[in-house]
Amino acid sequence: MNRSLFLGAWLSAIFLLGALLSFVWTPADVGAMDIPNRLKSPDFHHLLGTDHFGRDLLSMIMVGARTSIAVAVVAVGIGMGAGVPLGLAAAAHSGGMIDEFISRGNDLIFAFPSLVIAILITASFGAGAINAIIAIGIFNIPVFARLTRGAALSLWQREFILAARVAGKSTTRISAEHILPNIANLLIVQGTIQFSLGILAEAGLSYVGLGAQPPTPSWGRMLADAQTMVALAPHVAIVPGLAIVSMVLGLNLLGDGLRDRLDPKLRVMRT
Amino acid sequence: MNLLRIQDLSLTIHGKHILKGISLDIATGEVVALTGESGSGKSMTAFATMGLLPQGAEASGQIHLLDKDLLSLSEGQMCEIRGRDIGMVFQEPMTALNPVQCIGDQVMETILIHGAGSKAEARARARDVLTRVGLPPDQFPLSRFPHELSGGQRQRVVIAMAIALRPRLLIADEPTTALDVTTQAQILSLLLSLAKSDDMALMMITHDLAVVSQMADRIAVMQHGEIVEEGATDDLFSEMRHPYTQALFQASRHQANLPAPVFAAPLLQVQDLKRSYPLPRPHPFAKRPRFEAVKGVSFEIAKGERVGLVGESGCGKSTLTRAILGLDPIQSGHITLDGTPIATAGPDTKRKIQVVFQDPYGSFNPRHRVDRLVSEPFHLLPDAPQGPARQEAIAQALIAVGLSPSDQTKFIHEFSGGQRQRIAIARALITRPELIIFDEAVSALDVRVRAQILDLMADLSREYGLSYLFITHDLTVVRSITDRVLVMKQGEIVETGPTKQVLDDPQHIYTQTLVGAAPTLPDIGDPHAANAAV
Repeated sequence: MNRSLFLGAWLSAIFLLGALLSFVWTPADVGAMDIPNRLKSPDFHHLLGTDHFGRDLLSMIMVGARTSIAVAVVAVGIGMGAGVPLGLAAAAHSGGMIDEFISRGNDLIFAFPSLVIAILITASFGAGAINAIIAIGIFNIPVFARLTRGAALSLWQREFILAARVAGKSTTRISAEHILPNIANLLIVQGTIQFSLGILAEAGLSYVGLGAQPPTPSWGRMLADAQTMVALAPHVAIVPGLAIVSMVLGLNLLGDGLRDRLDPKLRVMRT
Repeated sequence: MNLLRIQDLSLTIHGKHILKGISLDIATGEVVALTGESGSGKSMTAFATMGLLPQGAEASGQIHLLDKDLLSLSEGQMCEIRGRDIGMVFQEPMTALNPVQCIGDQVMETILIHGAGSKAEARARARDVLTRVGLPPDQFPLSRFPHELSGGQRQRVVIAMAIALRPRLLIADEPTTALDVTTQAQILSLLLSLAKSDDMALMMITHDLAVVSQMADRIAVMQHGEIVEEGATDDLFSEMRHPYTQALFQASRHQANLPAPVFAAPLLQVQDLKRSYPLPRPHPFAKRPRFEAVKGVSFEIAKGERVGLVGESGCGKSTLTRAILGLDPIQSGHITLDGTPIATAGPDTKRKIQVVFQDPYGSFNPRHRVDRLVSEPFHLLPDAPQGPARQEAIAQALIAVGLSPSDQTKFIHEFSGGQRQRIAIARALITRPELIIFDEAVSALDVRVRAQILDLMADLSREYGLSYLFITHDLTVVRSITDRVLVMKQGEIVETGPTKQVLDDPQHIYTQTLVGAAPTLPDIGDPHAANAAV
């Protein structure tokens, strides 16, 4: 097991466990304000300190992780769920109208700056976690569609695919039975990377107030709220900032490690 | 004194023994062939001589080039020797050249690296060398790029790079395996004449005994990392002391025992078939020109008939195969199987035709087990056997190709190339087809394995009354395994007739060239009989 896979898996697991734990237990109630104890530095009662309303930061990070992960999971799910079948269809009908339609559609979505369009969507349909998910998810579709199409195209030239065609199998069936399992490792690696980008995007949207709405805690808004008090209590800004950085770093390391492990082309280079 | 002297060379890679005490001498001006099957260590001997061993390799023994022990030299010192004293020609001319550099620069590179002259001198020398290998600069300017040349021309450039500094030793690792027969003959005679005129020693590595017998002064036969027999070409072929040499020789000219053909109703009919591909537009608003890969081909295959299709690369063989299998749309003409047009045929008709491909490594989904791979064509049967009946059918197909039923739970990577080709044949047999297309199905196999597969095909033809279309560039194989042969050139069938008649007395000029260029084994009868007489 290589180092980046190990470190990445642990970092990601810590946040995932924290998020799961928050469903049943948090050190303090995230909604409970405690004005006398506001902007407290980390101590024994509040391991990561408190914010300007005296809320426990550790609890907020745990519940915030829930939002971040949920948004990223669903967004990657939308991207994979729509992108992979589209990519497979484009590769199966390579050079035809379907391929042209899907590929040009990808180009079209890629042509827009993703975060700006996400802001547009949330601004016009209302701020909230659901709309953030949809906005981020849409921009994951072409990423997966292109990756899938490229990898599948080279597989379609292989002789075992010809053999399956001679066996009378339809393109849909060949895509599902032969192509998809052989590109799954690529998709998993890309999935972890898109996951970390999804977390960044969610943090960005909630920073400008278009993500999950109060009182649901979210890392981006915690950062935004702390902004004016950086001079007074720097830890209030540092804690959510570090959370975002470590989660994204962890997922990227995990993706790199998985790529080393799963990509046969790189495996040859390592030995 | 010998130019190259390999003494007791042993080699391990990650602890695995690859070479075991090889000793071989090559004198100046001598052509020595290393032959043997894949994995016998012939290429590793060459790489050890060049100092190009893979990571984890440990060599012991001595390799002397004149008075220098190559194994004791540092990498820097070896760089001095590579290209200057030893040149190397690789198997695959498509990948041995840098695709983004023009051929002149690539030949000059060898000269410039060794500081053998200024840029202008190097350019003049590159021009000379390319002329020597048959690419005169007035027809092939130095500014040509590799993709503008054919396979044979690229191999000439690779040879030019190797001989630019007139090395004393030239190592050629399967230099013609990737080339067509007619090109092969030209490249071989070029290598020989260069070796002669420069008094250069030539170490030739090849699996092809016919090539060896025509070129080499001396032959070393390798098996499992050892030289099992070595001697002057004529002596070696007339004596053949080692059983392995005999086995190789027998397998190389193996004649499968085909049952007499029974002529019956036509099974496959191809009429005036045309197939063309669109090419890129020459400018944005032009109509797309089309490349005609198959230009009006007609032929028939009767039930139980075994037909060969011979031609060089690019003649349209593969395009024709794909059209017959109904994988590609055709532009005009008709293909009917048992009276049904193949393009619109349902599973009922399609189950009657199956295919075996060339590459035993690319023909299987690496993630499936053998039972699933072999039973894939069951998809074509409306009442495909289920449960125990399915197991039984898979077991029968495996037994028919000489494998054991217990192999069906294994993954494909557990099998050798020859076994994989057997599995491919099992997959083709499982729907009990009437016609199997073998697309270069034995080209990637070693001679002894090839002989076994050819025997297997003869057996199947006897037992199942199978017809097949055997597509190949190898005339020996066609002679061994087919009743009738079609010769294809540039999308057209130029000659057809009974195999023996066409190959022994070719009428069309192209067939004559093909037959003339194919290297042949010396006709020395049965070595066993010869031994018995002694």
